[in-house]
This record gives sequence, C-alpha cells and structure tokens, in this order.
Amino acid sequence: MIKLALSIIMRDVSLSLRHGSATTMVVGFFIIVVSMFPFAIGPEQNILQRISVGVIWVAALLSCLLSLDRMFQTDYEDGSLDQFVLSPVPLELVVVAKSIAHWLTTSLPLIVIAPILGIMMNLPNEGFLPLIYTMLIGTPALSFIGGIGASLTVTLRRGGVLLSLLILPLYIPVLIFGVLAVKASIGGYDATSHYLLLLGFTLFSAAIAPWAAAAAIRSGLE
Amino acid sequence: MNDSLKGQNLTCIRGDRTIFSNLEFELPEGHAVILNGSNGSGKSSLMKIIAGLLSAQNGSLSYDGHNILGNKDWISRNICYLAHKNGLKPEMTVGENLKFWASMEHHQGDVTLEARKIGIDHCLDLPVCYLSSGQARRAALTRVLCHPATIWLLDEPTVGLDVAGVELLAGLMNDHLKNGGCILAATHIELHIDPHKSTILNMADFSLKSSHASEINLGKDLL
Repeated sequence: MIKLALSIIMRDVSLSLRHGSATTMVVGFFIIVVSMFPFAIGPEQNILQRISVGVIWVAALLSCLLSLDRMFQTDYEDGSLDQFVLSPVPLELVVVAKSIAHWLTTSLPLIVIAPILGIMMNLPNEGFLPLIYTMLIGTPALSFIGGIGASLTVTLRRGGVLLSLLILPLYIPVLIFGVLAVKASIGGYDATSHYLLLLGFTLFSAAIAPWAAAAAIRSGLE
Repeated sequence: MNDSLKGQNLTCIRGDRTIFSNLEFELPEGHAVILNGSNGSGKSSLMKIIAGLLSAQNGSLSYDGHNILGNKDWISRNICYLAHKNGLKPEMTVGENLKFWASMEHHQGDVTLEARKIGIDHCLDLPVCYLSSGQARRAALTRVLCHPATIWLLDEPTVGLDVAGVELLAGLMNDHLKNGGCILAATHIELHIDPHKSTILNMADFSLKSSHASEINLGKDLL
C-alpha cells in the first residue's frame, strides 16, 4: 500500500519536474507578490519588519493556490482519474499521495525561498527559524485542504476562481497560527501552543481531506 | 454455459434525460457482446455503469448469480475498462506509463511482449505526446492486454487505429475469447470476431442479435 502511494508520489513529482513550468511559476509568483510590498509601503524598516511574517505567509497561501487546480485536472483530462477510481488502489490513498506530491512540488520550494524573502522584508534574526518551522508544519494543511477544493472543481472548466473562493477561507486558521507562532518567537514568548495548534490543524486536515476529496471525485465523475 | 455477466432492467438517467431503460443483456464466458447504436444512444453510459463509474437508476448487474453493481473490489479485479481517453500521461514515455499502471492494477503480463502483439513495442521509450493518435490507442490497448481481468469493456477501441491495427486487435480479442474471457465492446466498424462467439446488442431497440444464424435462438431466449 505504501509502495503504491510512493509510486504515485514519484509519478506526480517527476511529471511536475518534466513539465517544469508549475513549480517555477509558483515560486516566481511568491517572490513577486512579496517584493510588491516594499515598493508599495516604502523602505521604512519598522513597518516592513512588522508586516514581514504576515506578508510572507499570505503570499505563500496565494502561491499555493496557483498550482492547486491542476492537482486532479490533468488526470481528469487524460482519463487517468477514471482509471484511478477503477483500480484496486483506494481513491483515498490516491488523494493522500497526490496531496503529498503537491506539497513537495509547491510548498517545499516556497519554504526554501522564504528566508531570502525574509531578508528582503527585514525579518528579525530570531524569526527565520520559526518561519521555516511553521511553514514546514503548516503548509501540508494547505495541500490537503486544497485537495478537497481541487476535487470539488475537477470537472469544471474554469474552476480556478471558484476554487480560490472555496479554499482561502479554510486557510485562515493556518495563517493565524503560523503568523502568531513566528511573532511570539520574535517577541521572546513561548510559542509552543501556537505550534501545537498549527500541527493539530494540519493533522486534522490530513485526516478528513482524503475521505472528503475521494467522495467529491466519485460524485464529480458521474 | 458457465459464469456469465448478466444485466437486468438497467435504466440510466442523466440529468432529465432517460438514456436507456429496462436494458437486458447477457455476456457468457468466452463470448463477446458488440454494442451497436448511434452516437448518444448510451453505449458509453452502459459501460460506465458496468464499470461502476455511473450509478444506474434501476436494475441489477450480476456475475454468476452475485450482484456486482457497485462492488468495487470485484470490479477492479475482474473488469478492465478502456475509455475514450487513453489514460496515458503525455509527458511520460509509453513504457513508464504502462509500468505505472502495472503496479497500480497488479498486471502480470510482460509489457514488451504484449506491446509487440499490438505493434507498439518500438515506441516504448517515446513520450506519449510524440505518438500519433493511433499509436497512443495501441499503447492504451497494451494496458488492457496486461490487465489480469477476464472481462474487457472496450469503448471504441479502434478509434485512430489503421487497418492493420484493427486486424491485430480483432486477433487479440479472439484470443481473449478463446482463453475464456468476455468482451463488451462499442464500435462502429466490423471487428471480424468469431461469429459463433459474439452477439450484437442494438442500443436503439435493445434487441440482441446473434451474428451467427444458428445462435439466433439464443438471442431470443435472452429477450
């Protein structure tokens, strides 16, 4: 079972690497959105410092959305999704594997690039490691919840906008606890409870997303 | 007659439109049923219902007396469905695609060997996006050949195939029937399947006609 999940993950990651454009586009979008803020607000270091964590997190959420609509859509278009539904592999496992592959190809590059943007946004030194930790803990939730949205809109031709409207409100808990944890660390407070809540939300989304997304795909294919 | 796939009173409604109602068919072991009918007459819908992708409003589907409608475990082991779409990733090579589905669907057949039977073995290292539509169809048919299932549901298997490809496919379908497999195929062209083993299901009036004169009685029995 785990072997099958691994081969789905490998397939999706290698497809994304061969295609190339998806990850580059997401990372490019992330960099551009964050760099808009210094232009808009001006080079005032205090203000940039205060908004840095929030801006990076919001930009990460938006970038994550960009590649979500392709999560099941390409498989739907070439008929692979039908075959997944009919194969002995549980559809729930397919959803988990595809969510993990989405995380590897979208969120992981964002996490790698985030510290560089942190420098640009004048993020305090104490904030870099917590930013990476919170993103590592929180971004899997984005892929899992995103999987539900992607599966709901898979048969719609222009589902991208609807997907954003459906999913972004559900991202708010990740945003709140992600930003709070980093800010607490910067302020010198104990951030454990924020980390735990963030982790709890990620685990919760990982637990419900496969069932919800699989059900949505099954009814969508009819 | 041994095990057979039997559909009774099948009704399919999509949206407000009744595609077909009270459809009956029987597919005994080692036999083929060819679905005949105009575009939109419900050939694909019937296949999707059998494969479990669509739910039927009414009716039952049984194999050897057991109901299999919606029994995903049984279907995934015993039915191989080839849809209009090939289910191959354009960025991956034919070989990689087939290897992936081999691990997903527990294929037993040797990919190169089966690919040679349908004349696509020279393309195994080519990405699917380089293939012509006929070659891509042959690649998709290789997946069917490797699949361990006994029941084949083929939705327009000959689309894009050249004359030689159709002949190869007909030969392979006859081999499958000889080995005790069943085939339900929708097609608009004559496939030259052994007439003793095939029945034609006309979707316009749901009548079963044997393609062989002496088996007309069988067709009447089924009605």
